[in-house]
Amino acid sequence: MADLITYREAVAAGIAQEMRRDPTVVCLGEDIGTAEGVFKTTAGLFAEFGPQRVWDTPISEQAIVGAAMGAAMTGLRPVAEIMFSDFLACCWDYVANEIPKMRYMTGGQVTVPLVVRTANGGGLGFGAQHSQAVENWAMAVPGLKIAAPATPADMVGLMAAAIRSDDPVLVFEHKQLLASKGEAPPDDHVLPLGVAEVRRRGDDVTLVALASTVPTALAAAERLAGDGIGCEVIDLRCLVPLDARTVLDSVARTSRLVIVEENPYQDGWGATVASIVADEGFYDLDAPLKRVAGACVPLPFAANLEQAVIPTADRVATAVRQTLDSG
Amino acid sequence: MTVVQDEPRVEELLELYRRMSLIRATEKAAYDLFMSGLVKGTTHLASGQEAVAVGASAALEPDDYVFATYRGHHHAIARGASPEACLAELMSRATGLCAAKGGSMHLTVADHNMLGSYAIVGAHLPIACGAAWSARIRGSGQVAVAFFGDGATNIGAFHEALNLAAVWRLPVLFVCENNLYMEYTSIKTVTAVAQPAAGRAPAYQLPAEVIDGNDVVAVRKAVSAAAARARAGDGPTVIEALTYRQYGHSRSDPGKYRPKEEVDAWLERDPLLVLAERLRDRGVDQPAIDRLDSRAREEVAAAVDAAKAAPPPDESTAFTDVWADGGAQWRT
Repeated sequence: MADLITYREAVAAGIAQEMRRDPTVVCLGEDIGTAEGVFKTTAGLFAEFGPQRVWDTPISEQAIVGAAMGAAMTGLRPVAEIMFSDFLACCWDYVANEIPKMRYMTGGQVTVPLVVRTANGGGLGFGAQHSQAVENWAMAVPGLKIAAPATPADMVGLMAAAIRSDDPVLVFEHKQLLASKGEAPPDDHVLPLGVAEVRRRGDDVTLVALASTVPTALAAAERLAGDGIGCEVIDLRCLVPLDARTVLDSVARTSRLVIVEENPYQDGWGATVASIVADEGFYDLDAPLKRVAGACVPLPFAANLEQAVIPTADRVATAVRQTLDSG
Repeated sequence: MTVVQDEPRVEELLELYRRMSLIRATEKAAYDLFMSGLVKGTTHLASGQEAVAVGASAALEPDDYVFATYRGHHHAIARGASPEACLAELMSRATGLCAAKGGSMHLTVADHNMLGSYAIVGAHLPIACGAAWSARIRGSGQVAVAFFGDGATNIGAFHEALNLAAVWRLPVLFVCENNLYMEYTSIKTVTAVAQPAAGRAPAYQLPAEVIDGNDVVAVRKAVSAAAARARAGDGPTVIEALTYRQYGHSRSDPGKYRPKEEVDAWLERDPLLVLAERLRDRGVDQPAIDRLDSRAREEVAAAVDAAKAAPPPDESTAFTDVWADGGAQWRT
């Protein structure tokens, strides 16, 4: 049996793997040094690499991401932490206006090889300003690559890929997955950005999921298997590049599609996936596709209220049955 | 690099004049091209502010980093961009500095470490901090300079940048081109302190200096001293250069909110006139100065002709250079 590591440990493991390999990789963020991050996702980095590689910052999101950008343009590969993804709004100028446009608007003179990593998503009762799944914010901006790993091994491999990428990459670390365990990856594990993984094979319906909704979709699939319904579960892993081919190929076999996304239904990433399938896979569908998404409300505090507005295995199973019943 | 002498040699002064005159002629051409419909979008001309760019550039090493604003033509040229490449960019030509994908507000000369002109006010101050941070980590001895307008001192990024630069003792210079107006509004009516940049520096325990931004020698001296401090590990400096833009804020602004007496007084202190007077005091005759102006005009006229003759960008380039691999593919 392979060693197990937590998703939380995998964040630091992925960063450390690249810091050992490449002396230009540096980290910056609030409380990431001796405090090892409020989620302990940078545990061990300061101890191993010291204050010249791991920098504590003030609570200054613009300075953090802006400085990361300037460093990335001048020979370093910075890994900036934004503690909660909700706080991306505090530095959105850099994420939306500066970083993704620099290469293009200089006619290719400049590259910005940086990583912004951030704790994303709900389920832990942090309320409306510390619980949002905001990966769709980033997907609205051309010029950003977006990874959102679902397993510890993928976290290591995608973090390594993000750090090695010459393009800016946002890595969303899902808070609800931090304590989850999975097989440790092999040494020097690197995954390509933009290649989805089929987590479960099935012939009756395709479920497309990301990060926290991967275990949700798998739980629904397990339940439905008891009723003889075969679900294929695709973990997108990245939103940009988007592995639409894997989704289209799966739908061509199953003829049914349920998209499971934590960000809100209004302009969630599932809408882009749905539009691609409607455009390019319409004649493969035997039933209307369904989206199980976050409700279009701010995230409430109480646990039962929060569960009422984010995707659950129950709601996914219901959506799957609806697609099977409707055509 | 040692701190420059207070009074440059005559040959150095002539070179400073030549550069300022070249920028002035380029800005005049940009204005004329805009009025004749050959430059689209908008332009923010820096005529009147040439001494800041040229004086600072003369005090820097060639590999130091420079970050400018949407009013940045003067900085691009001061750091080595040709008037032809700048004007071709403004005129949407394939030969433009940024392949006609940036425009007037985003002139960038990466080969000379002039790492961009930023059109979101104040955004580049943290970015300049990052370049300085990188230089410090790499031990390269480079400094980074952020040029910005007075209006930028009231945006959050300015304050985040000054604080971070101070606590990390970064080799960065914050050079404010205080031209007295944030767009159409007098800066003093919207700012709590009399000196929008230098007046904030004490809050971050940073050294600050208010200088005559229309005196290229004063700019060169102040920037040289600040760069030497930064290279010695003594951290950032705030320089507030008092200057004046001779055109309005942007192409559509005649600048009528400015009193005539104020405009006239600043035109009398035109940085080229100030330097010409200094040159005459040093024994250079006016015809020699005039020859520098006419050479600059000739060079820019040739640049305009070349830019006019250049082709527009190929439409396929709209889909290049989103990513580092040169492409724009976002999905399979």
